[in-house]
Amino acid sequence: MLVCISKTPDTTAKIAFTNNNSTFDTNGVTFIMNPTDEWYALVRAIEIKEQLGSGTVTVINVGPKENESIVIQKALAIGADNAVRIDATPDDAHFVAAQIAAHAESENYDIIFTGKETIDYNGSSIGGMVAELLNLPYISLANSLQLINTTTAAATREIEGGVEELEVDFPFVISAQKGMAEQRIPNMRGIMSARSKPITVLPPKAVTEFTAIIAYELPPARTQVKLIDPEHPEELIRLLHEQAKVI
Amino acid sequence: MSVLIYVNHNNDKIKKSTFETALYARKVAEMTNTNEVIAVSLGTISDSSLSVLGNYGVTKVLSDTNPLFDQFDAAVHSKALAKASQEVGAKTIVLSQNSNGKAIAPRLSIRLQAGLVAGATELPTILGNNFTVRKSVFSGKAFADIGILTPIKIVSLNPNSYPVVKGEGTAPVEAFNSGVTASDVKVRVKEVKTLTDSVPLPEAELVVSAGRGMKGPENWGMIEDLAQALGAATACSRPVADVHWRPHHEHVGQTGITIRPNLYIAIGISGAIQHLAGVNNSKVIVVINKDPEAPFFKAADYGIVGDAFEIIPKLTKAVKAFKAQNG
Ligand SMILES: Cc1cc2nc3c(=O)[nH]c(=O)nc-3n(C[C@H](O)[C@H](O)[C@H](O)COP(=O)(O)OP(=O)(O)OC[C@H]3O[C@@H](n4cnc5c(N)ncnc54)[C@H](O)[C@@H]3O)c2cc1C
Ligand SMILES: Nc1ncnc2c1ncn2[C@@H]1O[C@H](COP(=O)(O)O)[C@@H](O)[C@H]1O
Repeated sequence: MLVCISKTPDTTAKIAFTNNNSTFDTNGVTFIMNPTDEWYALVRAIEIKEQLGSGTVTVINVGPKENESIVIQKALAIGADNAVRIDATPDDAHFVAAQIAAHAESENYDIIFTGKETIDYNGSSIGGMVAELLNLPYISLANSLQLINTTTAAATREIEGGVEELEVDFPFVISAQKGMAEQRIPNMRGIMSARSKPITVLPPKAVTEFTAIIAYELPPARTQVKLIDPEHPEELIRLLHEQAKVI
Repeated sequence: MSVLIYVNHNNDKIKKSTFETALYARKVAEMTNTNEVIAVSLGTISDSSLSVLGNYGVTKVLSDTNPLFDQFDAAVHSKALAKASQEVGAKTIVLSQNSNGKAIAPRLSIRLQAGLVAGATELPTILGNNFTVRKSVFSGKAFADIGILTPIKIVSLNPNSYPVVKGEGTAPVEAFNSGVTASDVKVRVKEVKTLTDSVPLPEAELVVSAGRGMKGPENWGMIEDLAQALGAATACSRPVADVHWRPHHEHVGQTGITIRPNLYIAIGISGAIQHLAGVNNSKVIVVINKDPEAPFFKAADYGIVGDAFEIIPKLTKAVKAFKAQNG
């Protein structure tokens, strides 16, 4: 199994930009492993391995050297067996997906996991791109994944107002979200053993970028809240109708 | 040259998110001096239901009613959509960033070697060869302008980001053969379960949401009454779903779903940053909380400081009185 893990600013990070709004200001920002990658994709892969009593969980990250201490070490401490880092800056979804696909092509993984989406660029795109590049089935936004037998898995997928129950044969790509597993905190033994687990660093392959970030902007601050007398909630209804025009 | 959209439909009905993409595509067509907006519909649906798209700026509908498409497999849908795009020479393709769009758009991006902006919130800016689309980033805390560098562009539009105004006209519906066969289908859908009878939360224009301040699941009756009076969907904060006071599909925020309704009413929710990440793009936010220092008030347009247990029944009464008067 291969689990794609990314680095994102901590959920509470203050978002600011520099260089005339062209660069994300990382000053004072703590980085973490993207929550859905860590809590759901990675843990579910480890659970499946434990359940089978065999198999390997490899994590892959497209990113600079510092990601080894920020995200890769933690993934190894939680229970991944080994790691691959593609030494490049992940600026464009196609670029990242092509790096992951290039590595996966030669390795015959049965399942490739991604998180539902990164909490910085919120694309929810990498999994689908990797699947298309490798010509594999793709299950997006999955809340559960169970193995049925040695060739087939069952999954549920969230759709608007419902869930889909489906089956798919290995190999496939799946994006994981809430429901799939319970978060695991690395223990001391995990942290110690992580140090001796191998991290393979590979150069990126040349890939055309499809997109480029031109500029950022912070949303306009909301005007100050207008408080309404709790004794007269009908005033709120009037304002929502006449002023805000939402009802 | 044309702009192409993907039709989301269910039970012979087109979803509102498709009307949003249709009108968005109409505007892009005008900006790129094209007249054609072509809608591609896959799966079982009647021509009469599809021709309604003409009211929203679509000039022609291509419909492949092969029932294979009724069971969703992103690979199959993107293959068919890619074929249609190539046949009509589409330069821009617009989808909705919903559960199906999130699965199709990235695959299509690879098939057509076309740059994708996933989660667009506004119309593109087009200057000569520069095509830039604004999207929401950092979980709603900022916007980024993304340039698409490829000749073909794909835009996946966030639901509720583009206004729907019904116009005139009907669109001719043509049969389309995408050439997809049963051997293309790799994902076998066994069952589709509906979890709500009302409007699904991600598509709802009005949302009433409540948090731990409601004390227990037995108190949700008044939340549902208010939602029903308004015709709103219900949502909740994460701890409420974690302890099973409410079903998980109602959980909004960083780890739940992201919504951007016209109106979000938050009751007994403190307004933690992870909660705001799922709702801060709502057009209007109302906060009802007994603590005047609750952080949510900083993100709100309107607020009531007080005990929800006293305010909500009164508010519901006021909504009913308003509805009685305004139909
Ligand atoms: C990585 C991470 C991800 C997270 N993801 C999410 C997420 O996706 N969604 C999410 O919601 N949370 C998420 N959280 C949790 C989040 O940080 C908050 O803990 C949570 O949102 C708090 O829920 P709450 O507002 O319902 O409860 P509380 O914080 O307990 O707030 C209850 C509020 O109710 C008010 N209140 C109490 N009684 C009354 C009354 N009678 N009338 C009116 N008001 C009353 C109180 O003043 C208080 O403000 C996440 C946390 C982390 C660390
Ligand atoms: N730089 C990266 N390296 C490895 N995996 C990534 C990277 N960026 C994103 N992913 C994976 O792709 C998923 C979706 O990311 P995105 O399409 O950017 O929202 C994430 O949850 C990760 O699992």
